[in-house]
Amino acid sequence: MKIAICVKQVPDSWAEKKMLNGLLDRASVDAVLNELDEYAIEEALRIVEPLNAGGATHSITLISMGPDRASEAIRKGLSMGADEAILVSDPSLVGSDALATSKVLAKVISEGGFDLVFCGTESTDARMSVIPAMLAERLGWAQLTFAGTVKVDAASSSVEIARMSESGVEVMSAALPCVISVIEKINEPRYPSFKGIMAAKKKIITTKSLGDIGLSAGEVGMSGAWSAVIDAKARPPRDKGIKIEDSGDGGLKLAEFLQERRLI
Amino acid sequence: MAQVLILVDHTSAKVAKTTGELATFAKRAGDCVGLIMAPAGQGQALGEQLANTLIDQVIAVESDDFARHGAACLVDAITQVVEKVRPDAILIPSTSAGKEIAGRLAIRLNSGVITDAVDFASDLSATQSVFGGSFTVSSRVRVGIPVITIRPSAIEAEVGGSAPAFERMDVVISDKAKLVTITDTKPAVKGGRPELTEARVVISGGRGTNGDFKPVEALADILGAAVGASRAATDAGWYPHTHQVGQTGKTVSPQLYLACGISGAIQHRAGMQTSKTIVAINKDPEAPIFDVADFGVVGDLFAVLPQAGQAILAKRA
Ligand SMILES: Cc1cc2nc3c(=O)[nH]c(=O)nc-3n(C[C@H](O)[C@H](O)[C@H](O)COP(=O)(O)OP(=O)(O)OC[C@H]3O[C@@H](n4cnc5c(N)ncnc54)[C@H](O)[C@@H]3O)c2cc1C
Ligand SMILES: Nc1ncnc2c1ncn2[C@@H]1O[C@H](COP(=O)(O)O)[C@@H](O)[C@H]1O
Repeated sequence: MKIAICVKQVPDSWAEKKMLNGLLDRASVDAVLNELDEYAIEEALRIVEPLNAGGATHSITLISMGPDRASEAIRKGLSMGADEAILVSDPSLVGSDALATSKVLAKVISEGGFDLVFCGTESTDARMSVIPAMLAERLGWAQLTFAGTVKVDAASSSVEIARMSESGVEVMSAALPCVISVIEKINEPRYPSFKGIMAAKKKIITTKSLGDIGLSAGEVGMSGAWSAVIDAKARPPRDKGIKIEDSGDGGLKLAEFLQERRLI
Repeated sequence: MAQVLILVDHTSAKVAKTTGELATFAKRAGDCVGLIMAPAGQGQALGEQLANTLIDQVIAVESDDFARHGAACLVDAITQVVEKVRPDAILIPSTSAGKEIAGRLAIRLNSGVITDAVDFASDLSATQSVFGGSFTVSSRVRVGIPVITIRPSAIEAEVGGSAPAFERMDVVISDKAKLVTITDTKPAVKGGRPELTEARVVISGGRGTNGDFKPVEALADILGAAVGASRAATDAGWYPHTHQVGQTGKTVSPQLYLACGISGAIQHRAGMQTSKTIVAINKDPEAPIFDVADFGVVGDLFAVLPQAGQAILAKRA
């Protein structure tokens, strides 16, 4: 099996964010590996490791689209245990939306001979949760998303997941190839070990331009964007609230506050 | 006159509350066409539930493949309806399933997509609240038919007068839409309390409950509130995962949000900080939840909640 994991570099969730011309000012904030993608990496490792221990040679490739410095985030995934990585980086990709991103990722996946693609459920910055479904649509592969459990049966080349969403739990299965997205309840991602970090330094990250993957600038990026931001405003800060110590009457004071605000 | 197609979500043969909300937004731009995709034999009964909405026309498509094979079949059906209706925009509830339908549909139609909108204007532009509510962004789709998912409870649904025209449409589901087989379905258990994303008041418990949600639930019942939970609480198995509020749970924006024994991690705040009024009860005066609270009580939730509940009942009497 050749597994691909789509990973994104995102601004640190904890960082204060600025907008510039309707886009997130990515240069001004610390960037990290999308934490939801760590669950995808962990799950793929848990599938592959026992099989490879028995002599199989299943491999895991990280695929990312982003600026050159996304290689820092990718390195973290490699130090967790992925084998290699492909980074599509090109100045004309700035401002790409989900349609463009999925086009780039699908192109790389379809040319890499993969049988299984893992994604996180969402990127913590865009929060769209659409890329995995878009990849399934573009590739014409089965879509197994919001997985809370994943069972791969290598012998029959099939996968079964339990999809966990607000509507409940659904058990669904499909034959390979397929696109899986995992939710954060699925596992506890490992911390890279010292050995893993050292090994990752020698692993290969292949950087490709748009031309390298056979797409042109007009098909992606700002110029090809299917939607455009017309206005972006910072929300006014919340008024400073009231804070009281409970000295036996905290509940009473709370009830009074709610009454003043006509909330009871 | 513009035409806006909306997806009529439903579970257990009941139309979801989002339908009236989507119709209200759609009507700002023009006529509203409601699309019902249902198991064989259920379209009519669902259609009858749309009498009080602003929907002008209902199209029902019936197929058992929807429940058997999932999202790809729904997108097959929608595409065929779109060819016939030629809408100027398509509105979809912003649930997990809704966002995925939107993603696939956008590719199929080569159209721009906007997710999780909190507002929709007559010029077909949409407004999103991003980065945990710290920015408000308006966007417009430039290519194709705008595909827009609308956050539940973003607007109060208006009620309509006359029953919409009802029509059935046949569609063909392709074999390549049937790659996935759904073998078992356990719908989320609905308690007697309001839905999280629909409730006017939400009260959530975190690790500070230590697994005992009784005081949280008791106050919820007094306030007519929905119960939410932090990830620490759902991970510990104290409350079902469907009740998680936050980045990887639900986004709520009620009139009143009460966080009880929740520290206020950024991932939790991402799902609740656009609530109109926020109350926090926490033992730790330094807890970050107090930074977003309009009213904070530094204290033990096991003492504060029951006392507040009694006081509220007394005030109402
Ligand atoms: C990828 C990812 C996604 C995540 N998504 C989410 C999400 O969607 N939603 C979410 O909530 N979290 C999410 N988290 C987790 C988040 O980072 C926090 O770990 C979590 O919100 C903490 O939950 P908590 O506040 O209940 O627990 P804690 O942080 O442990 O806080 C418990 C609080 O209770 C207080 N307390 C204890 N006893 C009492 C008492 N008797 N009375 C009053 N106060 C008391 C303590 O002072 C403390 O502040 C995510 C994390 C990651 C990495
Ligand atoms: N630029 C990107 N490069 C690689 N993978 C991505 C990128 N954007 C999104 N993804 C993948 O798609 C998932 C969902 O992202 P989104 O639809 O943006 O919320 C993420 O968890 C990643 O697995």
